Amino acid sequence: MASAAARDRAATIVMWSVAAGITAVFVWLLGDLLWHGVGRVSWDFLVSLPKNAGREGGLSSVLVATVLILLVCMVASIPLGVATAVLLAEFSGEGLFARLVRRSLDVLAGVPSIVFGLFGNAFFCKALGMGFSILSGGLTLACMVLPIFIRATEEGLRAAPNEYRLGAAALGISRVSTLFRLLLPAAVPGLMVGFILGLGRAIAETAALIFTSGYVDRMPESLLDSGRALTVHIYDLSMNVPGGDRSAYGSALVLIVMLLGINSAAWGIARRWQSRSLLRV
Amino acid sequence: MTDLLNVEQLTLRYHGKPAFEGVTLAIPQGGITALVGPSGCGKTSFLTCLNRLTDLIPGAVMSGSIRLGGIEASNTTVDVISLRRRVGMIFQKPNPFPLSIRKNLEFPLREHGMRDRGEIDGTIEKALRDVGLWDEVKDRLSAPAMSLSGGQQQRLSIARALALKPEILLMDEPCSALDPISSGVVEDLIKRLRPRYTMVIVTHNLAQARRIADRVAVFWVQDGAGRLIEQGETAQVFERPRDPLTAAYVSGSRG
Amino acid sequence: MSRSRADGILVYGLRGAAAISGAIALLIGLFLVLESLPVLRGVGPLRFFSDASWHPSENLYNLVPMLWGTLFAMAGAVLVATPLGILSAVFCQYYAPASIARVYRSLIELLAGIPSVVYGLWGLMVLVPLIGAVRPPGPSLLAGVIVLAILILPTIALSADAAFRNVPSEYARGAAALGISRWGTVRHVIFPAAKSGLFTGVILETGRAIGETMAILMVCGNQVQTPRSLFDPVRTLTANIALEMAYAMGSHRSALFVSGLILLLLIVALVSAAEWISRGRIYG
Repeated sequence: MASAAARDRAATIVMWSVAAGITAVFVWLLGDLLWHGVGRVSWDFLVSLPKNAGREGGLSSVLVATVLILLVCMVASIPLGVATAVLLAEFSGEGLFARLVRRSLDVLAGVPSIVFGLFGNAFFCKALGMGFSILSGGLTLACMVLPIFIRATEEGLRAAPNEYRLGAAALGISRVSTLFRLLLPAAVPGLMVGFILGLGRAIAETAALIFTSGYVDRMPESLLDSGRALTVHIYDLSMNVPGGDRSAYGSALVLIVMLLGINSAAWGIARRWQSRSLLRV
Repeated sequence: MTDLLNVEQLTLRYHGKPAFEGVTLAIPQGGITALVGPSGCGKTSFLTCLNRLTDLIPGAVMSGSIRLGGIEASNTTVDVISLRRRVGMIFQKPNPFPLSIRKNLEFPLREHGMRDRGEIDGTIEKALRDVGLWDEVKDRLSAPAMSLSGGQQQRLSIARALALKPEILLMDEPCSALDPISSGVVEDLIKRLRPRYTMVIVTHNLAQARRIADRVAVFWVQDGAGRLIEQGETAQVFERPRDPLTAAYVSGSRG
Repeated sequence: MSRSRADGILVYGLRGAAAISGAIALLIGLFLVLESLPVLRGVGPLRFFSDASWHPSENLYNLVPMLWGTLFAMAGAVLVATPLGILSAVFCQYYAPASIARVYRSLIELLAGIPSVVYGLWGLMVLVPLIGAVRPPGPSLLAGVIVLAILILPTIALSADAAFRNVPSEYARGAAALGISRWGTVRHVIFPAAKSGLFTGVILETGRAIGETMAILMVCGNQVQTPRSLFDPVRTLTANIALEMAYAMGSHRSALFVSGLILLLLIVALVSAAEWISRGRIYG
């Protein structure tokens, strides 16, 4: 019969093994990515067009398409998200309307990305007539990141102390001014967190883009052109293009570096903003 | 002395439960009126009705009449924003905005329509001089207001309210969150402001009320709600109270 | 314009924005149903479960093998990831020294951010050949389970981590004062206290597993068949949509929307069951 002490020792061994195992898998994965990808990546890789179905050449059109899709996504979702969050946090957050909106957003947060793809295809591409385009893809992604953005902004607003609201009201300051001059600036850390999370989710997305923003790897010339996102490019190279593995690895490496870059840049900005707001003039 | 503020049969309920009921009180022009009584009898709630801050509290329902000058302040059609310019409020815990000292004062001034840079700067200087902060902060107006001490922050909050030239100043236990020295400084400030402003001060500190107030209104909890049980000149309330509860409270044997 | 009037207009604008945000979920449901109607009316819902096989070009629409694919992949991944994820979180909170815990937590957060195509790429290039060496062909349910498990592990690990952080530290200290071992504390004090947070984490990871498309698509082999062993290639509902949507037309396209509807209903059922269960626990 194992004593409590023996069980405790066994548990400790298990814990460390689990952690070591998971770390090992992570190292294996990233190592594999680096090993196979680093040779393919170069400045030329980033700025030249894909050739030979992507086996040769580079990523320029794909990167441009990706950036454009992300821009559309952010431009569509940020104002809508902030406005919705402000309503939920500051104005009648408990009423029936607010509760219905919240419920709807909870559902939205759980919808699988492929279903977003179906919706985007039916709504943006077909019903609204945008066809396979960067616009369709970006707007579909906007629907997907909206709940993330709203949740984070709401938290940021709730973090603003209530003394600001009461003090501003007692001075006869309008709610519009209180919102824009006091509350939203105080909520910026929350907004930034939401932005980072949303952007990360959008960049990583594939299934929602395959049949909304399209597959063509030409350089897009307008938002209504179809464009291939980086994730879709990786998928195509690895599954549909024989001999596309090396380029797939290279593209995956670029994608990971982009993600890491955005994450650290955004965290840096958030930290700087926070320390600035304490000394704000 | 004409009455500046006339409150009649004012009742406030939070989600149906009364905080106080049937309060009738007249605040004369000029001088300090202290609202005293044990905690929980509605003094602070009463104060928040006077500038309609209760509008921001969910579930708060006010009934009764509040007449300020010629205006019925309890009316839903009244412009609360200009009401709150005329009725200033200082909170128990100093609450400067996370802005610079100058911006703390400038922001409300601009909100209420002041545009001229010179006029703004002049108003800010006067308000800071009035509260005795000018010499302490004149060289660092761009510093964050949060870098001031508690007592300084409270005086800044008072300056911020004074800059709007209110007709009446409401103060909710303005000294209780401060250390004894700052508390003394703020109390001295209140005494200095007396000739020029009408003030209503909620205080727990009977000695303070006795020191600075011209009139006293005593609140007490009866039948589950706060009620006004006595009001009058300070000397009369403390030395010749009419209500036995008042007598017990001011002598320290109850409350 | 008076300031009070500006405030009023602001509220209307905000309400409009919130209405748009709230309408999206409804639109999704609506359009899925609209696009599904043609085949539901023409072919009828029962045939999605009773037809001989999935061959839209021959008017056969049986979704059941792919449904099994989805369910098996999900079940396998959740069974593997849940204990590993929870133990990871326990490690971070109660066993690792602070510096190592910090690094490990960052690692998990990084893993959470890796796009599923990248997991799929690794699975396709590394895992599938490995499995193929043991038992051909390689692309299989097993590969899907492993990749999916790695993919959802950060979800449960981070949820569990948050749940443990919310357990008041007095509990652990009290147990230590009574001389209870570390593992004893974790098992008998921390786990029960963190129950609801852990439960939420499991629901989240399960939802993620059901909805995953790319990684599964890349390693599962995509044969439409009910798997009889871990080494059989399978196709999930999600992978099916991704593969065929590009060229599906008419009833075929409509049928894919039906499978999307089924996915949506699965998720809704999952979340509703979770809410129902946890409400029962809170009151009972």
